[in-house]
Amino acid sequence: MIEAVNVSKSFGDHLVLDSVSARFETGKCNLIIGQSGSGKTVLMKCLVGLFEIDLGKVMYDDRVFSRMSFDEMKVIRQELGMLFQGGALFDSMTVEENIIFPLSMFTAQSPEEKRDRANFCLSRVKLENVNKLMPAELSGGMKKRVAIARAIAMNPKYLFCDEPNSGLDPHTANVIDNLISELTQEYNMTTVINTHDMNSVIEIGDKIAFIHKGKLWWQGDKDSVLTSDNPELNEFVFATELTRKLKQK
Amino acid sequence: MIKAFLFHIGRYILLIRQVFKRPEKQSIYFRQIIIEIENLGLDSLGIVAFISVFMGAVVCIQMAFNVDTPLIPLYTIGFATRQSVVLEFSPTIISLILAGKVGSRISSEIGTMRVTEQIDALEIIGINPATYLIFPKIVASTLINPILIMLSMILAIFGGWLAGSLTGLVPSGEYIYGIKAFFEVYDIYYALIKSVVFAFLIVSISGYHGFYTKGGALEVGAASTKGVVHSSMAIIVFNLILTKLLLA
Repeated sequence: MIEAVNVSKSFGDHLVLDSVSARFETGKCNLIIGQSGSGKTVLMKCLVGLFEIDLGKVMYDDRVFSRMSFDEMKVIRQELGMLFQGGALFDSMTVEENIIFPLSMFTAQSPEEKRDRANFCLSRVKLENVNKLMPAELSGGMKKRVAIARAIAMNPKYLFCDEPNSGLDPHTANVIDNLISELTQEYNMTTVINTHDMNSVIEIGDKIAFIHKGKLWWQGDKDSVLTSDNPELNEFVFATELTRKLKQK
Repeated sequence: MIKAFLFHIGRYILLIRQVFKRPEKQSIYFRQIIIEIENLGLDSLGIVAFISVFMGAVVCIQMAFNVDTPLIPLYTIGFATRQSVVLEFSPTIISLILAGKVGSRISSEIGTMRVTEQIDALEIIGINPATYLIFPKIVASTLINPILIMLSMILAIFGGWLAGSLTGLVPSGEYIYGIKAFFEVYDIYYALIKSVVFAFLIVSISGYHGFYTKGGALEVGAASTKGVVHSSMAIIVFNLILTKLLLA
């Protein structure tokens, strides 16, 4: 379980996160939703330690992550996988090298064991015969899947996904969503997903936190998100014609 | 402006402290150093050789025109060419050329990794990105640059001999005698010390600008330009400081 307790973060005079408290449960897909600029990416970066928080604390299973030094954070980071918005695959490495990289850095596995693990992770994200390709040779959806394969290479306890289906067609987006959901249940991970895609919310949102103007505005599950009477949440959820029709039904 | 300058100096020092932290796995870093020796050093051989030969030829011809009097022996041309090449042209001019070639490569490579979140990905994996990205480049560059500079000296002196002989401005024997005359090994040490310091400045300053790039493609280009300009300025300033310290 990951917990943010009264997390605040400012950039200069601009307060981006204002005392946000949220709990992200194990074995579930925990979604952070909100409009662009609401602070959800900043919240995710605070959770993984890419941004230092100004106030509050971030806890990983009772370990206070936000007060750790870089070297102490390394231990938790080896239990953590992250899927970045653009994939963030290392350009100079092949697909296989990308997946093997964390294993080479932090394990004493033999080259054969690492290759087997890479093949397993690639098969788990339903990719074959791409080991020797460079990231530039992959489509957007394939990049995301390779990035997921890299994120699960070290058997993480915590998985973070920053807008996992942005820039993807609806079908591929659905495939990625289902893949993340399957992996979460299979490995009993604490998964935190940052999205503004309502399809993802309805498909895989076990727990949902709505961030608005840097504050935690609403929390609930995928059923209650459609029935809530919170006006700001409704404005976000029913922003499209499709979701408005869904509500009328 | 002074505030901004001090801010950058402070952040640069903090980055260098990060760079020299203990590497996570030494075998991986050793492999990276080998790759960087190829990228930063061997890939520059062609341009260094080309510039050095022509630079030596020009220096020799200029010397010949300036000592056009029977009072000064002809071997002075060889001697002056050697001294100019060893003390200044090879270590400083070649380092300025490398600041353009290698510096822009480093800034744009690291800057692109920053804006595409690859540096964040390294940090999430648990790797110190400053050490992983900059340390092997510094080691590789400080190892390979003195070799490039030595090669440059040899080729520039050869270029001078070629120009002197082909134009008939200085007989081959006189030029070679001048090359060997009043030779001080300390001059070579001085040149090599400069080349190591300049290599460090090129990589660390370019790496700094790449590492703190914010934005997109436009900012990567700007970081690359800043990397080249600032490392060139640092080379010029440190050239004066080192000359004063080592020769005065």
